[in-house]
Amino acid sequence: MAAIRTKRDPHTYTFPGFGTDKFPNLMLRGAGDLDNWHLKVYEQQHEGYVAMKQALKMEPVAVTEEVKASGIRGRGGAGFPAGLKWSFMPKDTPERKLTRYLVCNGDEGEPGTFKDRVILEYNPHQLIEGMIIGGWAMQCAVGYIYIRGEFLWLIEKLEAAIQEAREAGYLGKNILGTGWDYDLLVYRGAGAYICGEETALLNSLEGRRGEPRVKPPFPAAKGAFGQPTTVNNVETLAAVPPIIRMGGAEYAKIGTPKNTGTRIFGVSGHVKRPGIYELPLGTPMNFLVEELAGGSSTGKKIKAIIPGGASAPMFDEKDFDCPLDFDTVKARGSMAGSGGLIVMDEDTCIVQATLRLIKFYAHESCGQCTPCREGCNWMEMILYRIEHGEGRMEDLDLLASLTPRISMRTLCPLGDAACGPMDSALQKFRHEFEHHITHKTCYTTGSKLLSTVGAH
Amino acid sequence: MNHPQPPETSNEPLAPGQRLPESERKEFSPEAIAEIQGIMAKFPDKLAATLPALYIAQREFGFVSLAAMKAVAKAIGIPEGHVFGVATFYTMYQKAPVGKFHFSVCTNISCALRGAAQLLEKVCEKTGVKPGQGPSPDGMWSVEEVECLAGCGVAPCIQVNQDVYDELVDEQKLIEVMEACKRGEYRPWAQ
Repeated sequence: MAAIRTKRDPHTYTFPGFGTDKFPNLMLRGAGDLDNWHLKVYEQQHEGYVAMKQALKMEPVAVTEEVKASGIRGRGGAGFPAGLKWSFMPKDTPERKLTRYLVCNGDEGEPGTFKDRVILEYNPHQLIEGMIIGGWAMQCAVGYIYIRGEFLWLIEKLEAAIQEAREAGYLGKNILGTGWDYDLLVYRGAGAYICGEETALLNSLEGRRGEPRVKPPFPAAKGAFGQPTTVNNVETLAAVPPIIRMGGAEYAKIGTPKNTGTRIFGVSGHVKRPGIYELPLGTPMNFLVEELAGGSSTGKKIKAIIPGGASAPMFDEKDFDCPLDFDTVKARGSMAGSGGLIVMDEDTCIVQATLRLIKFYAHESCGQCTPCREGCNWMEMILYRIEHGEGRMEDLDLLASLTPRISMRTLCPLGDAACGPMDSALQKFRHEFEHHITHKTCYTTGSKLLSTVGAH
Repeated sequence: MNHPQPPETSNEPLAPGQRLPESERKEFSPEAIAEIQGIMAKFPDKLAATLPALYIAQREFGFVSLAAMKAVAKAIGIPEGHVFGVATFYTMYQKAPVGKFHFSVCTNISCALRGAAQLLEKVCEKTGVKPGQGPSPDGMWSVEEVECLAGCGVAPCIQVNQDVYDELVDEQKLIEVMEACKRGEYRPWAQ
């Protein structure tokens, strides 16, 4: 058997009140327990595969309807209703039998996001169960689980878990006497952030460069290997078993009416207890950062929070009370994205932070569309010269004029993602950029965020 | 332009006339060929075996050299250009030799807020190599600056070869990790 991780995790994953009706524990069952990847433990302690057996007795369409009724929105970043996405899949007609695929997006690359890792580490069977239910609902032939290459130890664990499910008869030919054949295949990525975009992921899965495709055709019409495909995030698929178990209507009562269910939030940066917290959508950001994560770890005031992974525009103090759901965060000018909160204290230099973020996008741009490839590199170069005291006042206007020329002008949202932090930093912390230009040094006194050891 | 330019963080660009490093090995072992054929059979299209086959090549050849790319193309029966395109697109295929213990240090925002830039400097100081400059003279260490490893909650975070991350790394922890490498507690590169 493959070597399975045995290291203790520094996180506890729990807080007072977790697991009660107010803070239901749907996704992090057994988190922290390194043996929970075994099928036996999952079945005996966490109602494992109950939902799957229930779903396989239902009509496939009824399963989709149940997921629709739950109102769950995709947890990958865009927040598209998952049930609706499932219903886009073309059905078999008497003349034509289709081969459909379900693809799980486990290419977790967004800086600040580390939720899928916890599911894969402690609860792989919940994902497998979700994939089986999704596969049944859409009558798929194969489910592909695409996981980023750095998670090699999790891939080994997931493959061992899939093998256990196969031996239990939950995967393979004629699953539980339904006459339906289905299997799961794990595919390992190779270190490209862009493969988190669904069409880039499909290209990568087909063994090509991870470059996003032109849409339409959408994956539901022409996806992996030219067949109808649905791509869902790890967290979305792992949320399916609780939905079927509880019933869609019951699940919809958690959270707020248009943003149902629980979500795994990751808090990182300058907080006392960084880590993973499962909360109903609509929980105020204050509560998560101050109460659960313990507030600022440095004793300094918190200056900025990125609410949804690196691509989300920053929030400053006046928005720290924002309820964390897709619609409100969007209304306040940011995005709930992948649910990774990055907290920065007063001593953080926003210019450096922005430069670090833009450097990431410049590095990860696939190079297909000119606005993103060139624009991100130019933003990096301009920010770099501001940071190194060679900036000019007109550089700020230049940066501001660059973003609308990148945003919405590319095949995929990577360019838009780079513009989020750039625009918000310029809007909310313009004085820091100006200070950098006039004083040739940081506005703040914090330690450096950028390494000086490049390959030169 | 006379303003400062951001440093290149990946491998140094090739000079005119310079070629990518070549590996001694030129062919796959028969077991590797069988493994690749097994993967090809699992997918509807044999092209899908490109990424897994490149990992196998990296294991067999030590790094993805031009000979490794050619061997992959031959094993799957696809154009060499396609394999070259794929191998150079993804950062986890090392196109140049690496040390026995390859340190990937995340310096992205969450790690940076908790001292990743300083950690990277420490790693370079202790191992005596810089990112993108190949292995140390004794072949033990190499260092790479990588983007987010999804270890943001336990930042700063490094990965040694392709094993489990080492989390909350400070100077003391770094020394422990390096000692553990020397004792052979980590899987060496390409094994």
